Amino acid sequence: MSFIWGARPLALSFIFFLMPLLALSVEPNEILNNPDLEDRARSISKSLRCLVCRNESIDDSNAELARDLRLLVRERLVLGDNDKEIIDYVVGRYGEYVLLKPKFSFSNIFLWLCGPIMFILGLLFVVSFYWRKTKTEEIHLSDEDENKITELLKD
Amino acid sequence: MIVELGHLALILAFCASMFQLVVPTIGLRYRWFNVASLASPLITIQFLLTLLSFIILVLAFVRSDFSVKLVAKNSHTLKPLIYKISGTWGNHEGSMLLWVLILTFFGFLVAFFGNNLRNSFKIKVLIIQSAIACFFFAFILFTSNPFERYDIPPFNGLGLNPLLQDPGLAFHPPFLYLGYVGLSMSFSFAVAALIEGKVDSVWARWVRPWTLLAWIFLTIGIALGSWWAYYELGWGGWWFWDPVENASFMPWLISAALVHSAIVLEKREILKSWTILLAILAFSFSLLGTFIVRSGIITSVHAFATDPTRGIFILLILVVATGGGLALFAVRYRHLNSTHSFSVISRESALVVNNLLLVVSSFVVLIGTLWPLFSDLVFEKRVSVGPPYFDIAFTPFFVAIAMVLPVGAMLTWKRSNLSYAIFSLWPALLLGISLGALVWSFQTGGRMLGPVGVSLATWLICGALADLWSRARGKTMVNRFFRLLRTHRSDFGKCVAHCGLGIIIFGISAITAWESEDIRVLSPGETYTMGQYELKFLEVNKFQNQNYIATQGEFRVYKDEDYLFSLFPEKRFYPIARVGTTEAAIDQNLLRDLYLVLGEEQESGMWSIRTYLKPFAIWIWIGAFSMAIGGALSISDRRFRFSSGAKKFSKAML
Repeated sequence: MSFIWGARPLALSFIFFLMPLLALSVEPNEILNNPDLEDRARSISKSLRCLVCRNESIDDSNAELARDLRLLVRERLVLGDNDKEIIDYVVGRYGEYVLLKPKFSFSNIFLWLCGPIMFILGLLFVVSFYWRKTKTEEIHLSDEDENKITELLKD
Repeated sequence: MIVELGHLALILAFCASMFQLVVPTIGLRYRWFNVASLASPLITIQFLLTLLSFIILVLAFVRSDFSVKLVAKNSHTLKPLIYKISGTWGNHEGSMLLWVLILTFFGFLVAFFGNNLRNSFKIKVLIIQSAIACFFFAFILFTSNPFERYDIPPFNGLGLNPLLQDPGLAFHPPFLYLGYVGLSMSFSFAVAALIEGKVDSVWARWVRPWTLLAWIFLTIGIALGSWWAYYELGWGGWWFWDPVENASFMPWLISAALVHSAIVLEKREILKSWTILLAILAFSFSLLGTFIVRSGIITSVHAFATDPTRGIFILLILVVATGGGLALFAVRYRHLNSTHSFSVISRESALVVNNLLLVVSSFVVLIGTLWPLFSDLVFEKRVSVGPPYFDIAFTPFFVAIAMVLPVGAMLTWKRSNLSYAIFSLWPALLLGISLGALVWSFQTGGRMLGPVGVSLATWLICGALADLWSRARGKTMVNRFFRLLRTHRSDFGKCVAHCGLGIIIFGISAITAWESEDIRVLSPGETYTMGQYELKFLEVNKFQNQNYIATQGEFRVYKDEDYLFSLFPEKRFYPIARVGTTEAAIDQNLLRDLYLVLGEEQESGMWSIRTYLKPFAIWIWIGAFSMAIGGALSISDRRFRFSSGAKKFSKAML
């Protein structure tokens, strides 16, 4: 990725849906012998951002730094750290920016709660709509309206 | 000389669009209808001029005219012809020209087919469409002119980014733009309706097919893009929650909501202001997408030539269109009273819930996409929001949609009872739960994703079929079957599209839950096992093609000692761009993809090889195309044709 940018920074045209990811990420010599540890290593790597890349996890990236981080994660796993300790260690070194899943902290609270909050507000709005409707207008359709609708639905 | 003609045509089209902003408006104001009627020929002129200038740009690419800056920067004589043509829109300037070409084309369609629209309304729509076009013409001419020349043309061009030298480029962007820009129609109709202060079922009848059309194109464009990523990237990723992907996904979600709420408006004349709001939002989201992609304000893996002036210009367009649209909405929405009521258990309510879920999920995507920017500005804290966030925050809403959908689709308008829907749906529910349980008992390892996905998918697909079946009433089974063939096409479309959603859910959960991967180092001649297959690595060959050097591995695949097929994964090196690409070898069938990638050569003459078994991968795209086909079936419904019902009705009402 980085070498593409180096080659022709501005002339690089657009890629709408495609990641310019060429060489491959996890190399065979990085893989741990213990499959359980390797599985954990992969899932941790998927949640850590490659800092020199543009929005790629270290698991996907082929950058040097991503490789170093992958090796670091595996090193700590072999030493017996649990997943949280490893992630905390990486965050301690590189800051929260490295997390692809932002922490549930005060500044991120809206990010995490926006979906449920909006859903509940929307639901309240809809409920109030029904409530208003039933309270204010118990309307029955006039014959003319009925005809209009049947005509509409007919064809 | 011919290139200047293209430039001139573009300038004239810009002038025509400004002319259209002024003249028909004056005509409308003073009721000079001859003057106002100039709107139709003017938009036709814009379209033809833009078409001319686009064709001239394509010709410049085909003839490799390197005196044109854009061609020199993005093309090369050695490139195959198809990539010379598709390279026209494989860059910022050319793709904007394609964008505005499609914009004027849609305007032209309204001018051409809109004879059954009330004249003053049609003129208003065309004026608004031209206002958008006007901004984009100015954007192209002042910040991204594709016709700029070099004083001294270079001997050869720099070539197209090798990743883009793929049939995917020929189809993916045009479809996506047809979708993005198609939403401008809904926007223009919504704004025109707000100006007139009148929204009725005739309006919905017009807006619904246009939105549906845009939605179909967006669906196809997104599906093609993810398919392209799947085979090109070298590890079979197909969706990354990258800002640029989100930029296309948000308008897709909103337009899906709009298509549904327009049905309610058309049938029942309610949800008027809501539908208008959605129409404005849908196009705003597609402009926002353009802004995110072209300004480079949010880091994305999609490398785009970015430039702050362009970003600011698009931001301006975004603010004027969205701000103007929403302001107008705020002033006028009270005029759009809906009079009819409906009970809590009814098709209307179900579609309201559908809209709520779709809109909330698209806002979740929006906030996740913009959050890094917001957090940096407000909290001065750099954060990343990646796939793990979207998986958690977005998925529940879609699961909810899938759970509610079959029930909602069965309800009748106005007043309904749940017992009928439940009566028709219990087989689907039972089948879904039992299939899920079956899968759960068979699978090893504890992920719930697989079983849940299978349950939901079965529920959706069987629910959609049960809905269709219940529409055909008859005494005997045979009788009923023949009735089924005569049901309306839009009912078939609904069934196919909803099945498509079920299929996608199945494909996504299957590939996510049950994918297996194997990474190893091999020397030629060795054999290894992957699932039920034996793979033999034969040899590696190098050869040269038109504009790249290929390194190709040959693998033979056996099952139980029987030879099945050979796979040829490739690495390519493009000397002009000094860039390499990987070309995975994929053997695809309905049950699984065998995905083979040739990695780096190791010191000892060995190669690193990646093998993936991706179960049911193809169903993701089968599902997406079913959705598109469902939409197309719906549009082709006789009842949808503008001429039949709308004409009669518009005369009666207006």
